[in-house]
Amino acid sequence: MSPLRLPWRRRAQPPGDLACQELVELVTDYLEGALPERDRARFEEHVSMCEGCAAYVEQLRQTLSVLGRLEPEDLSPEAERELLDAFRQWKREEQSDGPS
Amino acid sequence: MADDADALLVERAREGDEDAFAQLVRRHGPSLLRVARAYVPTQAAAEDAVQETWLGVLRGLERFEGRSSFRTWLFRILVNRAKTRGVRESRSVPFAAVGSGDADEPAVDPSRFTADGAWTSLPPRWDLDPEAVARSHDLRRIVDEAIAKLPENQRVVITLRDLEGVDSETVRNVLDVSETNQRVLLHRARAKVRKALEEWIDA
Ligand SMILES: [Zn+2]
Repeated sequence: MSPLRLPWRRRAQPPGDLACQELVELVTDYLEGALPERDRARFEEHVSMCEGCAAYVEQLRQTLSVLGRLEPEDLSPEAERELLDAFRQWKREEQSDGPS
Repeated sequence: MADDADALLVERAREGDEDAFAQLVRRHGPSLLRVARAYVPTQAAAEDAVQETWLGVLRGLERFEGRSSFRTWLFRILVNRAKTRGVRESRSVPFAAVGSGDADEPAVDPSRFTADGAWTSLPPRWDLDPEAVARSHDLRRIVDEAIAKLPENQRVVITLRDLEGVDSETVRNVLDVSETNQRVLLHRARAKVRKALEEWIDA
């Protein structure tokens, strides 16, 4: 596009036809092991040469590790009590049914 | 290991052992509540769905044959209950809709790239300590809000996969969604949570 693009300048993006903007859309497929062998190699080659994409992939890994560490909240004590009541009622019904 | 322990507890609960049932509830209740929350708009409605799930478990206890893990079986019951409830509270959308209408949902704002698709400025290196972060109420709120804002099907998938750590095969069984669609939903959901974290870190 620009006539100033000089041949010895470092390329804005690593060799290969995969743009950073395309790569960010492939991260989940990559992490899920869903990329075909050839695309996987292109992906890895790009990340190994591109600081921006390496940082982006690392951000996603850190996002996942944060998500994986969020503990769920406990049931409220009332909800737990109601469940045990339900269990006792089930047990009574089971026993009154008798062995079949 | 966890599955073995579950199998034993289920066996004892079937025989009427209340303590075993209480242990199952404590072990799985919080996860069920969190997944239910992905379907229904209020904590109360989520608790009701969890309640119904355990009632379903009690009624169906004789039918759990250990072919899938107890956890998978539980999630399946819960999702059915929560979906019904979500529809009733008119929040649920059909799962098959991955959002073909909004196919253009880029993971990263297009303004971050040049016309050639290269970064205009490099994304910063993050140095999050996940342990510290898990204890930060502030961050928890950011992530919770980001997840709450997702479309339901994205929220359900990221909750099961990334919060609960359920594998993709199991999620496929529980949700009846193809592997490809699951990946699309997961991809969009993760990208939005990452973006929320980025905004929080930058601020
Ligand atoms: Zn790149």
